[in-house]
Amino acid sequence: MTNLTSLTLAEARDGLAKKSFTSVELTDAHIVAVENARVLNAYVLETPVHARAMAAAADATIAKGEAGPLAGIPLGIKDLFATKDVHTTACSKILGNFIPPYESTVTSQLWRDGAVMLGKLNNDEFAMGSANETSAFGPVVNPWRRDGSDVNLVPGGSSGGSASAVAAGLCLGATATDTGGSIRQPAAFTGIVGLKPTYGRCSRWGIVAFASSLDQAGPVARTVRDTAILMRSMAGHDPKDSTSVDRAVPDYEAAIGKSVKGMKIGIPREYRIDGMPAEIEKLWMDGAAQLKAAGAELIDVSLPHTKYALPAYYIVAPAEASSNLARYDGVRYGLRVPGRNIGDMYENTRAEGFGAEVRRRIMIGTYVLSAGYYDAYYLRAQKVRTLIKRDFEECFATGIHGIVTPATPSAAFGIGEKGGADPIEMYLNDIFTVTVNMAGLPGIAVPAGKDAQGLPLGLQLIGRPFDEETLFSLGETIEQASGRFTPPKWWA
Amino acid sequence: MNAPVKPSKLIKGATGDWEIVIGLEVHAQVTSNSKLFSGASTEFGGAPNSHVSLVDAAMPGMLPVINRHCVSQAVRTGLGLKAQINRRSTFDRKNYFYPDSPQGYQISQYKSPIVGEGVVEVDLPDGGSIAIGIERLHLEQDAGKLLHDQNPTMTLVDLNRCGVALMEIVSKPDLRSSEQAKAYVSKLRTILRYLGTCDGDMEKGSLRADVNVSVRHPGDPLGTRCEIKNVNSIRFIGQAIDYEARRQIGVLEDGGSIDQETRLFDAGKGETRSMRSKEEAHDYRYFPDPDLLPLEFSEEYVAALKADLPELPDEKKARFIGEVGLTPYDAAVLVSERESADFFEAVLDGLKDKARDGKLAANWVINELFGRLNKEGRDIATSPVSAAQIADIVDLIGEQVISGKIAKDLFEIVWTEGGDPRALVEARGMKQVTDMGAIEKVVDDIIAANPDKVAQAQAKPALMGWFVGQVMKSSGGKANPQSVNDLLKSKLGL
Repeated sequence: MTNLTSLTLAEARDGLAKKSFTSVELTDAHIVAVENARVLNAYVLETPVHARAMAAAADATIAKGEAGPLAGIPLGIKDLFATKDVHTTACSKILGNFIPPYESTVTSQLWRDGAVMLGKLNNDEFAMGSANETSAFGPVVNPWRRDGSDVNLVPGGSSGGSASAVAAGLCLGATATDTGGSIRQPAAFTGIVGLKPTYGRCSRWGIVAFASSLDQAGPVARTVRDTAILMRSMAGHDPKDSTSVDRAVPDYEAAIGKSVKGMKIGIPREYRIDGMPAEIEKLWMDGAAQLKAAGAELIDVSLPHTKYALPAYYIVAPAEASSNLARYDGVRYGLRVPGRNIGDMYENTRAEGFGAEVRRRIMIGTYVLSAGYYDAYYLRAQKVRTLIKRDFEECFATGIHGIVTPATPSAAFGIGEKGGADPIEMYLNDIFTVTVNMAGLPGIAVPAGKDAQGLPLGLQLIGRPFDEETLFSLGETIEQASGRFTPPKWWA
Repeated sequence: MNAPVKPSKLIKGATGDWEIVIGLEVHAQVTSNSKLFSGASTEFGGAPNSHVSLVDAAMPGMLPVINRHCVSQAVRTGLGLKAQINRRSTFDRKNYFYPDSPQGYQISQYKSPIVGEGVVEVDLPDGGSIAIGIERLHLEQDAGKLLHDQNPTMTLVDLNRCGVALMEIVSKPDLRSSEQAKAYVSKLRTILRYLGTCDGDMEKGSLRADVNVSVRHPGDPLGTRCEIKNVNSIRFIGQAIDYEARRQIGVLEDGGSIDQETRLFDAGKGETRSMRSKEEAHDYRYFPDPDLLPLEFSEEYVAALKADLPELPDEKKARFIGEVGLTPYDAAVLVSERESADFFEAVLDGLKDKARDGKLAANWVINELFGRLNKEGRDIATSPVSAAQIADIVDLIGEQVISGKIAKDLFEIVWTEGGDPRALVEARGMKQVTDMGAIEKVVDDIIAANPDKVAQAQAKPALMGWFVGQVMKSSGGKANPQSVNDLLKSKLGL
């Protein structure tokens, strides 16, 4: 039998349909892979019993010819998604042993379509981080290492567990969330594909909130096609999320292989930042050249307010987070550290329950919303946000179909290497990705090359609202030209 | 600027007259089966935490979804307050930590409320009326309830009320006395009950008020105000204002100054006391709730709600005066509670001749029925006499089948025994005698038997009353008094 964990999701789906193997076999192979890769710390909870039961049920539907589009496909679930009767902690101590009596809309749609849950994946605490180092369960290790080095690298964040698990063959795909780059940056750091859909495309119901106006769930997988397959099940209108959009979900997979000939691709000059490494610049131009070779037209465009996006993001996101995280107060669920009175209990619980980065963002958020500072910070940041959105609208209004940029300013770095003294060093990781969240647009990260030390690098494609299909077509064009990236297996 | 205050509203002080300036923030619970942002029940009196959804308990990842019924209730209330309806409004988060607020914030409307400026016409006890401006009305979530008396060492929390929709109705500082404030809240409550948007049940906390009070010498700029939180009866609102105004005047006349602060009303002691000062005031860090889209609706939506609005007390009162011919006083009494007005309308509907007997019907409802209900401590919902029965009694009077006096006896029978008034009159021989022949015979007999009285009456016509009494007596009260009068006048030659 072929190595079941190195199949793509599409290949596994076809193999299951042809009955080349069963979902139980496919799932068991992944359960073993997960057990052998604990050094990566990608999973914070393995649910093998759960997984085998779901796999057996999927096999039954396949046998009866009633298989859903994801029947029998083993997936990993970011710990930000509420999973009924299964621990959901957002990788924070404050949620302790929280077991939700409900299932998030996105994951319930995956199970509706027959997918199998292997376990819960590590992430930065409350999705706040760009290296998956803020998790209460400890850092995730990137399956990629620099050539000839045994230094452990970060997988990026906040969906570091999702990215690492997918890259290391510990699942066929995973759910992730993206508030400022949390899908695209880890995808780029681990040589996989990650899509941040248009805001409102996937329901946020049942996903632990970080910054409500920016959060969006999306898939990560090893190919563009796999990402498209997952996306079809994850997307859709949900009356329980007032910000979700009532719009038909297309067959995203049909966009794979569609010609990009004649498409106008914007190259935004503001993304050519000071001190950009030459290899990132080269990766970008090579990717653009690949699209051109496929018949797309390259056009220099301007997104003039880009440089204000990161500072504005680090006002808006913490502001919303400071309010969203107020519910973790020790009263109803999760951690409670007693105190002499209610105020004391709040302080003790939140001081002990939240990690340093989360506390920092709560404090920043509280500050920018407070009386006397609101206008200077929050209100101005919202104005900047409007300008960023307008930049994109004006750009797309000229007939641009997609925009290509680097996904990250560098390849993956070592665990503990960045942000220790200056958190801004870490925040700069999101420089190319936050604009997309601020504008509510879809963005996809696709692996496009390696740096001098053999680490994968990704490109980002930004699309028009609800035009994820074009991103899949463009992404697959780059994927075809660049090839796939698989890390040497050193961990088992 | 408001019209000058009547001198009677001013309080005499050592340093001259003082004017009280009052503004009210009334919190009215929206009549709705489910909460503002969740499907949980709003039923009062459930076991603790039995009406709590995942959203109300602020479980991770839960999101609010606006209850459209509550929106239409707020718009209808705005229309009832003759207020501007804002077709685009937004929800904001008011952030604060307290165990009765699981989200750690209350969803409210801060910058853009659903309803803007309006006006309430308030009838005063002295017969006059004043127009009180409405500043705004907005929708917000109620908080849960802390239970301090259930456990010796812990406070427990009941989230049943948490997330229930409230309308905060903010008045302009147009009120100048506790009497006006009480009359305003009563009128507001009446309007809400007519609209069916709030049951106005203050005992259950469906209506409560934050009272802002300041004092000044007439013509001076506004004084520093104190806010008295959460006063839950109309009487207490009056007491709190009177106490607070005197306290402030006392402080100012002693050379002190008023600190802007939040105060509590202690109903037991009838006084207000400081809760927190301005310095201790919360910074609520309001910002737009990113989980909710702006609330937008069309002109047609508002027009449809407007077309469906019931007749409100002011209009009803005007109709009772104009069409039924009631006095303003009677009309005001009848419209002050929707149930009373509805009852009276039902009586009117049951009358054979509205134009003739409408006024009489109002007298009967107000004096006989309400009088009796009051005496027995009952309300109109449990009245043993129905509107149809009252209408029958009034018909019988109007048709001169029975006299007013007999009608009272009939009412007593209907009240205690029930039954069809018309049939009772028939069965018990209560019919007024209108047979002129029969009455004439009685009159002739009495005149013949009392020649001395005839002479006296002819000398002094006022003494005819004695004859009237004799005739009524011998007819068992059933003779028509008017006929008896006419007959006596002609027979006695008066």
